[in-house]
Amino acid sequence: MSTLLEVSGVSVTFDGFRAINNLSFRIGTAEMRAIIGPNGAGKTTFMDIVTGKTKPDEGRILWGEKSLSLRGMSEARIAREGVGRKFQKPTVFEDQTVHENLVMALRNKRGPFAVLFYKPTAKDLARVEVLAAEIGLEDALWRKSGELSHGQKQWLEIGMLLAQEPRLLLVDEPAAGMTPAEREHTTNILVEAAKTRAVVVVEHDMEFVRRLNCKVTVLHEGAVLAEGRLDHVTANQDVIDVYLGR
Amino acid sequence: MKNSFLMRNPSTLIFLTALAAFTIVVTLLSEAFGLGLISTSFVKTLGKTLCLGLVAVAMDLVWGYAGILSLGHFAFFGLGGYMIGMWLMYERTRDIVISSMADAPIPPTTDEITDAIGHQIFGVVGSSEFPLIWAFADSLTLQLVLVVVVPGALAFVFGWLAFRSRVAGVYLSILTQAMTLALSFYLFQNDSGLRGNNGLSGLQNLPGLEAVPQEVVSIWFLWASALALGLGYLLAAWIVSGKFGSVIRGIRDDEARVRFLGYSVEGYKLALFTLTACIAGIAGALYYPQAGIINPAEIAPIASIYLAVWVAIGGRGRLYGAVVGAGFVSLVSSWFTGGQAPDIPLGFYTIKWVDWWLIVLGLSFVLVTLFAPKGIAGLFDLVSDRKWPNRHGADLGPDAGALREREASE
Repeated sequence: MSTLLEVSGVSVTFDGFRAINNLSFRIGTAEMRAIIGPNGAGKTTFMDIVTGKTKPDEGRILWGEKSLSLRGMSEARIAREGVGRKFQKPTVFEDQTVHENLVMALRNKRGPFAVLFYKPTAKDLARVEVLAAEIGLEDALWRKSGELSHGQKQWLEIGMLLAQEPRLLLVDEPAAGMTPAEREHTTNILVEAAKTRAVVVVEHDMEFVRRLNCKVTVLHEGAVLAEGRLDHVTANQDVIDVYLGR
Repeated sequence: MKNSFLMRNPSTLIFLTALAAFTIVVTLLSEAFGLGLISTSFVKTLGKTLCLGLVAVAMDLVWGYAGILSLGHFAFFGLGGYMIGMWLMYERTRDIVISSMADAPIPPTTDEITDAIGHQIFGVVGSSEFPLIWAFADSLTLQLVLVVVVPGALAFVFGWLAFRSRVAGVYLSILTQAMTLALSFYLFQNDSGLRGNNGLSGLQNLPGLEAVPQEVVSIWFLWASALALGLGYLLAAWIVSGKFGSVIRGIRDDEARVRFLGYSVEGYKLALFTLTACIAGIAGALYYPQAGIINPAEIAPIASIYLAVWVAIGGRGRLYGAVVGAGFVSLVSSWFTGGQAPDIPLGFYTIKWVDWWLIVLGLSFVLVTLFAPKGIAGLFDLVSDRKWPNRHGADLGPDAGALREREASE
């Protein structure tokens, strides 16, 4: 399988604290990966670096078949290259309807003038309907997203992420605050998405990670501690010491 | 027709109808075309108020919708006024100079005329040379182009520098204040080329139309201002109704999220900032010929703060709120500060409104911000709520099978 994202030797320091320490990571074009690790292991910082929010001090971040360097690109440019991100806290535009949120996320031209003269095509509207059905919000299309429940907001954000049609999805704690049934549905959406694209899930909940049934990367103090099947890493003595043992 | 833009945005249709009705009523009551119940000076005040409404629409776009609290939009308004003022003053002075030289035994040369105009205009600041910035002052077309281009270019350069460095929030507000303060200080200098603190005057006289009385001119300007406000409102309503509106409201609510969707937030802010500066320039170009005079005090920082106060009191985040706020507050303000409001004798102290008005205004700004963040426009919600209950999708009746909101409103 060809590599979509290759991060090698990346370090970043905040006020003397080394949040990411010589981290290397790679993921294929259609792969699911879970990242686990104790608090402060650098999971969110890792996502910040890939999406361009945090600039690394050193290291390489190469993207796609042409091995473009993502270092130095703006967040918006990286997002247009095909990196989609879901935040820990659901962040949707609460003042706008579910429909408006999804239309904004649809993969279309992003320039101010193209957007000014944008008219939704029949294809776009159909895509919104399909996405809404997929995330279980087809009846809520015209409601303001601020009125949705916490779980529905999480889904709306996942729907917006899918609407972007990214090649890599970075998902931060998707199951937080969801009921068991909602978790089940979320798992299905993510597993489905990983058939055609790369999906990286940061999660604390071991049960959820087990259900994803994928390769796991354990982070500790800004570096990779172990990598492999969940059963394999949970049997690793280092992992038990720093994470599971406590 | 059902799907046309105005039908989908009833508030725009209502606003434009009200604006047209207002213009017709004022025309019918004016001295020039009707019953003469409204004095010419009040017609001018109303025309100026419409221009303030237009700049308030621009402010609402940039602040109410995109969340950029610019405290410098009156600088663009003033620059628009200066640009049209240069032509008005040049042409009128030229007419005067030519007519006064017509009796001379030897016909004056072009250079002599230019020198005489320069002497007339710049004598007051001890100069007679035309500065470079007056190069196009003899061409109405070029000066009209500059009305849009000069504020737009300043906004573009300023915005490019500020937004690119991700200056936002209160820091951006302070920067915009600094910009307008620096501009007014610059214009206060006698060698700025725009007559220092004297400013440009006599702008109410239209060159070549001296025979037309001011009663008629005032109505022309009222029409022009109403037209500009109507078109500007339509443009703004169109911008905010579509996906562009979605994106800028997204920027207001969560800038980082918009960035991660792949939109270049800086590009959007810059485009909107520049566009609204151009709108403000047009509003200023219509305002100052009605005011008759423009000087650097007009673009002092306080003017831009007033603009923010109007929009806040009117109700930001909706366009008619901005216009209502600008109109209401500026008219009430001129009533109080114009000495028309009766003093209130308390025996031991007499409340003079000229002194106390600013305190009343400041207090109402604080009260509106704290207790009625929707502003005056929130009152319109009371009316429309009665007609279209905003039930947030909940059932209309107690029965589970009752109509839902969307069916009921169709």
